[in-house]
Amino acid sequence: MSLSTDDTPASGGTRTVEIDSHTINFGPQHPAAHGVLRLILEMQGEVVERADPHIGLLHRGTEKLIEHKTYLQALPYFDRLDYVAPMAQEHCFALAVEKLLGIEAPIRAQYIRVLFAEISRILNHILNITTYALDVGATTPSLWGFEQREVLLEFYDATSGSHYHANYFRAGGVAKDLPAGLTDRIAAWAEQFPKFVDDIERLLTGNRIFKQRTVDIGIMTAEEAMEWGFSGPCIRASGCAWDLRRSQPYDVYEQMDFEIPVGSHGDCYERYLVRIAEMRESLKIIKQCLAQMPGGPIKVQDSKIAPPKRAEMKRSMEALIHHFKLYSEGYHVPAGSTYTAVEAPKGEFGVYLVADGTNRPYRCKIRAPGFAHLQAMEKLSKGHMLADAVSVIGSLDIVFGEIDR
Amino acid sequence: MADQTAIETAGAQAAPGANQALLSAVLSAIPAEAVLASQVARGAEVEIRVRREALHAVLRMLRDDPRFDFQQCMDICGVDWPGRPERFEVVYNLLSMTHNHRIRVITTTNAETPVPTVVDLWPSATWFEREAWDMYGIVFEGQTDLRRILTDYGFEGHPLRKDFPLTGFVEVRYDPERQAVVYEPVKLTQDFRNFDFLSPWEGMTTLPGDEKVHLNRITRE
Repeated sequence: MSLSTDDTPASGGTRTVEIDSHTINFGPQHPAAHGVLRLILEMQGEVVERADPHIGLLHRGTEKLIEHKTYLQALPYFDRLDYVAPMAQEHCFALAVEKLLGIEAPIRAQYIRVLFAEISRILNHILNITTYALDVGATTPSLWGFEQREVLLEFYDATSGSHYHANYFRAGGVAKDLPAGLTDRIAAWAEQFPKFVDDIERLLTGNRIFKQRTVDIGIMTAEEAMEWGFSGPCIRASGCAWDLRRSQPYDVYEQMDFEIPVGSHGDCYERYLVRIAEMRESLKIIKQCLAQMPGGPIKVQDSKIAPPKRAEMKRSMEALIHHFKLYSEGYHVPAGSTYTAVEAPKGEFGVYLVADGTNRPYRCKIRAPGFAHLQAMEKLSKGHMLADAVSVIGSLDIVFGEIDR
Repeated sequence: MADQTAIETAGAQAAPGANQALLSAVLSAIPAEAVLASQVARGAEVEIRVRREALHAVLRMLRDDPRFDFQQCMDICGVDWPGRPERFEVVYNLLSMTHNHRIRVITTTNAETPVPTVVDLWPSATWFEREAWDMYGIVFEGQTDLRRILTDYGFEGHPLRKDFPLTGFVEVRYDPERQAVVYEPVKLTQDFRNFDFLSPWEGMTTLPGDEKVHLNRITRE
């Protein structure tokens, strides 16, 4: 940064200050970078000229690791992508493998998966909205929000045994049935949740400071959003009524009654509004799941794919063999390829899975929504102030687990 | 193995006939010599394989033709098949939001031959192409920003190639004596264990030395 000042004040007491363009390093360790984002910002004074995100600082080679694992062992890697809403990613991989195997999960399993996909969506939106508020200066929402998240994570814990890395969905169903009483606990939680959303809205939606920081910042028109590969809340805020749960439904989403909130302006504020509205819609789906969920098996009744019950294993030789084969060799998936996408909380999460007939994926490309969103960083923040760049990052809902893979 | 005739779980966007109709419409709109193969995978996913030379024109047509309207390029990725004459596949997954259909366009290349960039069609292609370059070493002609994206600064090699070992070649650590981050060749305290699960008694139908018995068995059946 060079600051050349005219030493001799001109007549009238005014001074001319020239500020050259300069480059600053935003991150990789910056609280508003939502992880390890290194953003090179070329500034013209306080105005962003060019933004060049350097990603990959959290690259763990997930795709390469998956190629060396069986299909069953590959699934936990999906928890570790977008670790804010783990089960939404598992859902995508489970559906992709099911497609290649040509199987369909039993109806109860589909309800459980949709239920937890929506719980994940609320988990994600709470985290995004509250940390976003933190980025632009509001502390209270995050304190309230994490209380709600904790309750939801306990539901994760109750059903899968783990707070975050659930490893719960399977190709052909889910790992185990819901524990007794969990549906009641979820129903009780669902009763008090709308009040939380109202409280958050009272804190933020009409808040003058929040609006000054977000309205008209980082505008994306519908056409631009499409060509930049946007999806999820980000494209809906730009005015496209596009939701994979509605347009290309999977599992039991077809039977769910919910609205798709759509914005019109595509700025940071509307991306926030869309997420708030989506939380209310997710709650509707959760309630419908709880009301409609039938009994029955929770995974396919094919012991070549789904492991037998523990008790059965102790008595039946056949079940013991199946168990041993599934947990050592795993199942073989017929050769073929599929691109399967789900509406993850952040947008279209896709898996391009190539199977070669063996027990391991030949190629598993993970299409993360945040990857495409972050790419538009320069487009969104150009001409805005430095502080607005923080606002833009927050509104895009960036999690580096999925971007860097 | 699972029953192959089972019902499709998800992703079947419309009636099964719609995908077939899309495929035939696409095939009629592009010159026949540009297409190497095409299929509707499992009745749900339209896939065409095109020549590298024709790729850009085909993708432009898919984006601009109002019958197809593929406004979004959701994903570009590479796949490595070391045994093939042109070892890399470049896969384009396109989505049309107005028609609610998807298509997969695949072309092939090798490490030397560049593939035309599609950044002029979809600006979102830049990072996907950078990733394909980083992971596989696929070169995109006309792409002005072909830097590495996911790997470390100064990384060598293309990690997703099948001949690149899972453990990599170098490991990184902080050396307190030199007070610097140092790169060293990978030292494994235990051999890398890679089990071959392709069971011989399912793949191999005749045991060595048992050919005569096997032949008799076949003729008897």
